[in-house]
Amino acid sequence: MSEKEFGQKWDRCLADCAVKFGTGLGLGIVFSVVFFKRRTWPIVFGTGLGLGMAYSNCQNDLRSRYVLHSKVAKEQ
Amino acid sequence: MEGRDLAGEKFRKFPHTNAANPCLLRCFYQCVCGKVKAHPLQLCRRYSTAGDSGSTAGKIVAASLLTVGGGLGGTILYAKWDPKFRANVEKSVPYSDQLFEMALGPPPPPLVTLQKKPGKIEPLQISSLSEASKESKQPKAKAKKSDPAPVEAPAAVEEAPAPTPQTLKDEECKDHHEPVLKERPAEEVTARLAQQDKAEQDALAALTAGLEESLGSTAKTTLQAIGAQEAALTAIAAHTNKLKEAMDSQTPPDEKSSQWKALNEALSERTRAMEEAEEALLKAKGELENLSGVINSSKQSKINTARPQILAAEENLHSMIVDLDKVVTKVQTAQTEAKIVSQYSELVNEAKAQFQQELANITPEIQANWKRLSGKLSADDLNSLIAHAHRRIDQLNRELAEQRVREQIHIEVALEQQKLEDQKALERAVVSALEHSREDMRLEQEKKAQEVREVMEAEMRTQLRRQAAAHTDHLRDVLKVQEQELREEAQEILNSKMMEQETHYRRLTQEQLDTFTLDMNAAYARLKGIEEAIDSHVIAEEEARKAHQLWLSVEALNYTLKSAGADFPTEPLEGAVGVIKENCAGNEFAQALATAIPEESLSRGIYSEASLRARFFDIRRLARRVALIDETRNSLYQYFLSYLQSVLLFEREQVAPPAKLAPEDLDTFKLLAYANYSIERGDLELAAKFVNQLRGESQRVAQDWLKEARLTLETKQVISLLSAYANAVGLGTTQAP
Repeated sequence: MSEKEFGQKWDRCLADCAVKFGTGLGLGIVFSVVFFKRRTWPIVFGTGLGLGMAYSNCQNDLRSRYVLHSKVAKEQ
Repeated sequence: MEGRDLAGEKFRKFPHTNAANPCLLRCFYQCVCGKVKAHPLQLCRRYSTAGDSGSTAGKIVAASLLTVGGGLGGTILYAKWDPKFRANVEKSVPYSDQLFEMALGPPPPPLVTLQKKPGKIEPLQISSLSEASKESKQPKAKAKKSDPAPVEAPAAVEEAPAPTPQTLKDEECKDHHEPVLKERPAEEVTARLAQQDKAEQDALAALTAGLEESLGSTAKTTLQAIGAQEAALTAIAAHTNKLKEAMDSQTPPDEKSSQWKALNEALSERTRAMEEAEEALLKAKGELENLSGVINSSKQSKINTARPQILAAEENLHSMIVDLDKVVTKVQTAQTEAKIVSQYSELVNEAKAQFQQELANITPEIQANWKRLSGKLSADDLNSLIAHAHRRIDQLNRELAEQRVREQIHIEVALEQQKLEDQKALERAVVSALEHSREDMRLEQEKKAQEVREVMEAEMRTQLRRQAAAHTDHLRDVLKVQEQELREEAQEILNSKMMEQETHYRRLTQEQLDTFTLDMNAAYARLKGIEEAIDSHVIAEEEARKAHQLWLSVEALNYTLKSAGADFPTEPLEGAVGVIKENCAGNEFAQALATAIPEESLSRGIYSEASLRARFFDIRRLARRVALIDETRNSLYQYFLSYLQSVLLFEREQVAPPAKLAPEDLDTFKLLAYANYSIERGDLELAAKFVNQLRGESQRVAQDWLKEARLTLETKQVISLLSAYANAVGLGTTQAP
């Protein structure tokens, strides 16, 4: 059903968002603790990174129908 | 730093505001030059905005008015100078043409190349056309006017070959009254031509008579004059001879007196002859003048045939003049000779008289008759006489010597004089000879012209004759052709009439035959009809049975449709459709319909309307949420906006769709409202149509639903057709009791 597809996409999106957020946060904490002397900015940076990736993935997924695929024709 | 950048950006964007804010402008320039820091700029700005708000507005208004006025004025001035620009502006700006008309006056008219009028060619063409019909027109026009004198008619006819366009045009105007040129009857033409010829002849005769008369008289008088001149000549010669004889003193004295008498007679004779000659010359000259006058008038009358006579007359005139002149010169030379001789005689007489006088002086006693000198004279007288004679001789010798000396001079002077006189005479002679030769040339020229003219006339006559011959040939041919055509026409008419009669007869016979055949056919047809009626009864009953079966199977199919549940489709319709196909094996329409049912419904079954309705609500909700999304707008932010829109947009859930769909109705929300309304009223088809109009993501979302709806609608349509058909067939085959 085409109407269900929309909902499925959103589910994937949110799940992906959560995963990436968590991963970003975690990695940020790790890096902050290990390399950057417990500063805040790596955490924020990591989180932002994660959210950004999730946003981008979500958008691409929702856009996937409208993207035009092209191939470079081989010269003969 | 920020303040400075902002100011710079502001001025780059809005250059017109510099006039309004001079303080800012100054600051801007200073900033560009990089001399002033940011703070004074802010202060400046604050001060300027606090103080001059009122006047700056006024300045702005004034500046804008000035620019607008300047632009308008400039446009008007340029339009005045350049009409093309004016036209462009009038085209592009709506009411500018009225403005321009008010300011500048109406626009200048566009230049149109003047076409050369070919009007002048027509009258010339007409004149050239009418040239061909000259002969018939001229007499006709003449007939309309009163008949002119016969002399004028030939003159007019003679002038016809060279008419002026003016007279032609006048004739054209006159002839407008009768635009059709009737051909005059041949007799009239010939009569007119004969009349013209006769008139010409008469004129010619008159002219020649006149010419001859004058010629004759002139010749007579000229001959008379010549005779008189010659007589004068002879008289002069006789007189001169007589004088010479008288001078010659060798004749005896007796005869001297008779000589002198004769001399006197001769002199008187001479004078008389001279007078007569003068008279005759005058008369002759008068006659010659007359003749030349007559010749001129006859030349002006322009009758061609008289030309040779005129020429002959001219020649005669010329020869007469020449003769007269010759004779006159002869007379003049004789006269000069006579003068010389008379002068000589005078001189001699003078000398003699002088001598006698001297002698008389010396010897007074002696009388004039000194011939008897020898008897009466004494020795003294003789001596004195001799002395006188000697003296005289000496004197004469001296004179002679002087004379001889002066002779040369005198001879030279005389020669000069003679030369002058000779020259004058020569000139006179040359002039007269020149005139004579000129006259000769002119006469020759005229003779030659006359000859050429005659030749041309002869040629023209031959050409005309040829043309007449060609014309008669052509007429003959045309008549032959016409005869042929008429004969053929008559033949055709005859044939057609014959054919008509034949066809009429044939038709009558055919009609009789047809009526008989018709009766026979009617009887046969009735027999056949009866047989067919019986057969069709049998067939009809068969059909009725079949129809009944079809109807039953269609009902079975309808029943299967009812087996749909809430969320799952019906049973596959294969079985029922197969039964139908079996039952209506021979019926093409039903077969076609049965095969038209879509595959999907046969294999899988279709959803009921109720389930579709339920599903539609979900679709609607979703479609509303993604209403803004399509190929161009599909970022996550757009999704958010779309959701926001769907939440914030308040509208009626069901809206009655209009009869005609306007473009603004193709909005997603409206379409969904229409579809909702239709589906609530049970019109799935209309709802499907509206849902089909969705675009973008909404369309994709509703795709499946639409597919199902289509399927259902198709199957239902086919089934309803089948049942309608079955009913119809059943109705058709049932017979009323």
